[in-house]
Amino acid sequence: MMVKERKKKQLKTITSWCKGCGICVAFCPVKILAIENDKVQIVNPEKCTSCGLCEMRCPDFAIYLEEQEDETNG
Amino acid sequence: MGERVVKLMQGNEACVEGAIAAGMRFYAGYPITPSTEIAELCAEKLPVLGGKFIQMEDEIAGMAATIGGSLAGLKSMTATSGPGFSLKQENIGYAAMAQIPCVVIDVMRAGPSTGLPTAPSQGDVMQAKWGTHGDHPTIALCPSSVREAYDLTIRCFNLAEKYRTPVFLMMDEIIGHLRERIEIPNSDEYEIFDRLKPKANDPNYKAYEVQRGEIVPRMAAFGDGYPFHVTGLVYDEYGFPKTDTDVAEKLLCHLMNKVSDNADDIITYEEFETDDAELVIIAYGGVARAARQAVKECRKAGMKVGLFRPITLWPFPEKRIHTLTQKTKKILVAEMNLGQYVIPVHRVKMPDSKVFQYGKVNGEAITPEEIIAKVKEAY
Amino acid sequence: MSQGSQLIQDNFRSHRLPHIWCPGCGHGVIMRGVAQAIENLKLDKTKVCVVSGIGCSSRATGYMNFNTLHTTHGRALAFATGVKLARPELEVIVITGDGDCTAIGGNHLIHSARRNIDITTIVFNNKIYGMTGGQSSPATPYHEKGTTAPYGTIDPDFDICKLSTGAGATYVARSTAYHVPQLIKYIQTGIAHKGFAMIEAVSGCPTYYGRKNKKGNAVDLMNYYKENAIDIKMADKLPPEKKEDKFFIGEFTREEKPEYVSEYQKIIDNLQKELTDHE
Repeated sequence: MMVKERKKKQLKTITSWCKGCGICVAFCPVKILAIENDKVQIVNPEKCTSCGLCEMRCPDFAIYLEEQEDETNG
Repeated sequence: MGERVVKLMQGNEACVEGAIAAGMRFYAGYPITPSTEIAELCAEKLPVLGGKFIQMEDEIAGMAATIGGSLAGLKSMTATSGPGFSLKQENIGYAAMAQIPCVVIDVMRAGPSTGLPTAPSQGDVMQAKWGTHGDHPTIALCPSSVREAYDLTIRCFNLAEKYRTPVFLMMDEIIGHLRERIEIPNSDEYEIFDRLKPKANDPNYKAYEVQRGEIVPRMAAFGDGYPFHVTGLVYDEYGFPKTDTDVAEKLLCHLMNKVSDNADDIITYEEFETDDAELVIIAYGGVARAARQAVKECRKAGMKVGLFRPITLWPFPEKRIHTLTQKTKKILVAEMNLGQYVIPVHRVKMPDSKVFQYGKVNGEAITPEEIIAKVKEAY
Repeated sequence: MSQGSQLIQDNFRSHRLPHIWCPGCGHGVIMRGVAQAIENLKLDKTKVCVVSGIGCSSRATGYMNFNTLHTTHGRALAFATGVKLARPELEVIVITGDGDCTAIGGNHLIHSARRNIDITTIVFNNKIYGMTGGQSSPATPYHEKGTTAPYGTIDPDFDICKLSTGAGATYVARSTAYHVPQLIKYIQTGIAHKGFAMIEAVSGCPTYYGRKNKKGNAVDLMNYYKENAIDIKMADKLPPEKKEDKFFIGEFTREEKPEYVSEYQKIIDNLQKELTDHE
């Protein structure tokens, strides 16, 4: 049976687009985000479940999941 | 060349026939006396040609949808009268700013406000020039006969397409509802100008960049494959809003200069017996017909009177009027308002020439007799 | 240089970002939702035309990489009607605000809905005039405040969905900047729907609406929508006390009726047929 391998996704931020509203921090289910100096910081990247809620609700497109091409077998 | 079709036609009807001959395939408007026949005829004729007509919810929407139709690639037009022309000014300014070609026919009735809805007037002449806010170019033509309504409507489209700006046909109710026998020219007798489009699949296309040797930016239609932006804000060569002072100045100057630098191409007028005239009547539209008759009568009576008839009201034919006043020291402006077109005449005349105005606003047309009486007073 | 997620790179003029909206403004969430819906539908992007009016919401067109038309205040639907009728193969989407759409543009809204013209309208409803600094709009809730209603508005607010349905819209739905998956689904359904579609997207304006009405910051507004929006499907199942001071989200209207542009095409086709029959 073929199991479709789920690609690993990495959480990325664009600091220059972030306006520090805190929506991503408030609605992150695993609480791995924080606002420091008015910008989003990923404080616990290893706990990220790639749920994508932060990306979906970020008004500024400043946080998003990017597929990692090289680590599909990791 | 085939034989011309001869028809008895009303001015309003001639506008529609001329517009269709020019390639107009989109009309959006709102009913208003005395222009309604234009909408009615477009409603009947356009779908036969595969074109589109829509009666919008108000005058503002009529102007907006006309601009939308043009952006989608169809030659577009609307028609109205004074009260509607006032409402359309908002989006006329938008079309001027965003450089969207379109034609607005204003069949002028007596105002202000609802005024005398079925009576002729020339009271919107200054509104055509100054009706919308901000500096903007104005091209306005004015027919004196039904045949000219046909020809000038074609010319309105040609100028709109060439200069990417709204163009007005300022037609008084006299011509709008006048019925005359006209010979409809064959299609090989007039030129049709279509907007310049970008080269197919041009990866460097910038929606608002004027190419070397050209007057206006090339215009793609929505859906042609270029995802460009159109706005009423000050914009750069891509069409994106900018607040930089140099971008604003460059754009505003472009809007004005594309018309003023080409005034000689746009301005047309007609003269009758002006060569040796000691008094020249300036009259346009329906009034010019009475003025022409007045000139003939005056000549019979031994008075050296001529007629200058601006066919292009705006841009103002200032060079010619200035030259006229070098040898003709008396000018009588006859118009169905209380002194609108006379204002720029005052501005451009030689200091030693005298300018008189005869205005009439009671809802009746100016007669040759009235003009003759004024000529005698001034002569 | 392109930045951002694939969705952003593929649908936005990312060189023009960040956008001008305030921190925590719901408009960015909704605009992204519109792009996601377009992406999900796999539309030919050269055939998508997004039209907007004036106000905070209407700045969206400047950022979205389609045929975009940023028009005059309230007139987006009138411009869009011209575009759609002149070129029916275009997928025309209108982005507007509560003031733009229901105050100055109210007439165009009801007549576009009445014609059932195939345009999808997304109202970014932040319940206030944001661009001009927080004046009350027709969507400001009764007795709530704006700079022009310092003692609270005494004019009741429009229910934009009911208004649209009443005027003839054939697809009407409401979601919020918090309920994003539903929002994307409704926008997608609205675009695919043949006829006039209205999606009211309740947005949050922390800068003016939130502050004026002591509703807190961006997160507080999001939480408010989370806790106070009830799916319309639950309307009959909940006791009245659970519905008090709440608002409904969901699909309110979905029906098939003759669509304006297609009806016009029928007239053209019939006339052409008559002409060929005569020959």
